Amino acid sequence: MDITSPAFKSNVKRALADKQLQRAMGNVKVGFVKKRSAARDKLPEFDQLRDQARDIKDHTLEYLDLYYEIYEQKVREAGGKVHWAATAEDARDIILKICQAHDAKTVTKGKSMIAEEIALNEHLEAAGITPVETDLGEYIIQLRNEPPSHIIGPAIHLNRDQVEASFRRAHDHLPDERSLDEVSELVDEARQVLRQKYIDADVGITGANYLVAETGTSIIVTNEGNGDLTQSLPKVHIVCTSLEKLVPTLEDVSTILRVLARSATGQEFSTYTTLSTGARREGDPDGPEEYHVVILDNGRSDMLGTEFQDMLRCIRCGACMNHCPVYHSVGGHAYGWVYPGPMGSVLTPTLIGVDKAGHLPNASTFCGRCEAVCPMHIPLPKMMRHWREREFEHHLTPRTVRTSLGIWAFLARRPALYHLASSVFIRALKLLAFGRSRLKSVPLAGGWTRHRDLPMPEGRTFQEMWRAGGHE
Amino acid sequence: MSSIDKSKIDTTASRTRILNKLGATLATGKDRDARAEAVKTHLRQHKRNLVPERGNVEGAERIALFRAQAEAVAASVVEVKSADEVPEAITAHLREHNLPARVKHGDDPGLTGLPWGKTPTLERDSGPANGDDAVSLSRAFSAVAETGTLILVSGADNPTTLNFLPENHIVVLDAKDLGGAYEDAWDRVREAYGAGTMPRTVNMISGPSRTADVEQTIQLGAHGPRSLHIIIVNGE
Ligand code: SF4
Repeated sequence: MDITSPAFKSNVKRALADKQLQRAMGNVKVGFVKKRSAARDKLPEFDQLRDQARDIKDHTLEYLDLYYEIYEQKVREAGGKVHWAATAEDARDIILKICQAHDAKTVTKGKSMIAEEIALNEHLEAAGITPVETDLGEYIIQLRNEPPSHIIGPAIHLNRDQVEASFRRAHDHLPDERSLDEVSELVDEARQVLRQKYIDADVGITGANYLVAETGTSIIVTNEGNGDLTQSLPKVHIVCTSLEKLVPTLEDVSTILRVLARSATGQEFSTYTTLSTGARREGDPDGPEEYHVVILDNGRSDMLGTEFQDMLRCIRCGACMNHCPVYHSVGGHAYGWVYPGPMGSVLTPTLIGVDKAGHLPNASTFCGRCEAVCPMHIPLPKMMRHWREREFEHHLTPRTVRTSLGIWAFLARRPALYHLASSVFIRALKLLAFGRSRLKSVPLAGGWTRHRDLPMPEGRTFQEMWRAGGHE
Repeated sequence: MSSIDKSKIDTTASRTRILNKLGATLATGKDRDARAEAVKTHLRQHKRNLVPERGNVEGAERIALFRAQAEAVAASVVEVKSADEVPEAITAHLREHNLPARVKHGDDPGLTGLPWGKTPTLERDSGPANGDDAVSLSRAFSAVAETGTLILVSGADNPTTLNFLPENHIVVLDAKDLGGAYEDAWDRVREAYGAGTMPRTVNMISGPSRTADVEQTIQLGAHGPRSLHIIIVNGE
């Protein structure tokens, strides 16, 4: 996908003015937050499990080279093949070659953020292969030619009427007068349309939430069952995954699974957790004849041993964005690439470069909620600070922005930008207001105010301005 | 088993580069043997981490927990006293939901050996799903009370596609195969397949298929089954 992260500020402006988006984001802040907290309350050991989940990943990362040797051996024994991709380009090429070796015309796809990261669909299309997204959210955004706006709910930025419009446009073989007023009607229609595609596909591509070294297994976690149809019907199953997904044993993955769904959707357990090991066995009446795992590095190995290593614990649950006031305000597209929200602000500069994504670590109020809800205890705010320091060192920030006062002057001379910064922060404040009496930092200006409140014109603090604006 | 790969892709160079980079960061200055031993020990012991108290119940309590958890995620559950009652429990379920009296299942002796003569109007097909089957029937390898989760394994006995393609899925679970926690299921898998070895697919299934992708409204029957019916054989 096109990277628009460098234009973060104008993306934000557009997002704040987008009424449909603002309406859709209303669902995010209530739904996910409530559900997660209810799920946590139902499991007394939840916080202890989080500590253990963190320790499991730290242990794995410490021995990652050795665990991978064993994992690879196990995949081979089960009749599968592991492919190593240093870059996104390598991964795309490997997958394309596998598809071409089978003369694939269409491939079905389960939801995979790695496939998004490597822009797989564009690559397959350019080679004349039709990728069909099967996760409902991914299917919707594929019809609309949009990137995902959330790592677990790719179409979360849309409302029902927008989905209806997309379906009417895309499914023009169906009668115009059919009703699509209800969510259930939309889901049924997608089900009908995709049914035959699963059966006709030559190759099925899924992601992997985890890889298990002990058994050479890949795991997907879904609710729809689309990933399972994608991987069990075609002749070839390709798992498109990345270096940090490995865990040692089935017991270890069980612990992490206990915190995943609860943190993500507030479910006790997702509907389908599927463990796949190798290819179809002798006597098996179904399942893929070939099983390929493509492991993408794309800068991850460079994070090991640095202040960003902890980010490799991320299990892509989405809790950090679900609880982020900035994400709530601007949605996922404003972040300009595949990974939005706090985890994206940390990960994106690593993967596409701080020169392109340097604005993202500023998109924080430093309220700390992301770290507080992260099941893997990833110190997201601290890492955003690291990025800002690096950006600063690299002189990527305009000279005038290097002091708090400088920033104020910078903003004051640019009314539009100032307006923008403050409108994000005012929206964010609404969310922060509960449980907080004082605002220590400000979105967009967060980095500039690490140790003090942002200086305001005429000696006013943000709090005073907030109240003067009629907000409490 | 030999690996099949028509594409003949060779990523050895990337493999070496990536693993060497990991090694340079992780292994430098560390004792090689000690690292190898740490990994081997961890895998060999596959120790349980903290297992929530919730699943630590037995007998009738365990079944009750499984039931409650499965029903909470929209599965329907009935109990029968012996395997002999399963065919009638199936026809009762089909009748109640206006479903066709026809099910497809695999070669599992626990299913083929049921007294089907008791339900002469029920038609049965065998094999994997083909897209036209309205109702499938499987036998669970195990289940987990903690979250009302069924564990199904692939193979001719219970083809994986039967778990996903038909609109309605019926699963027979023997109460003695029900464990409290996920870890109990892994012990059973190791026992049946050998440590470090897995069937091609293990499905952990909690309720029928669903999606919340449109406005976070939960809708059952996304791509997988719209209904999941569990028959527990509880012979005491
Ligand atoms: S950073 Fe933490 S909260 Fe955010 S997606 Fe990753 S694991 Fe979840």
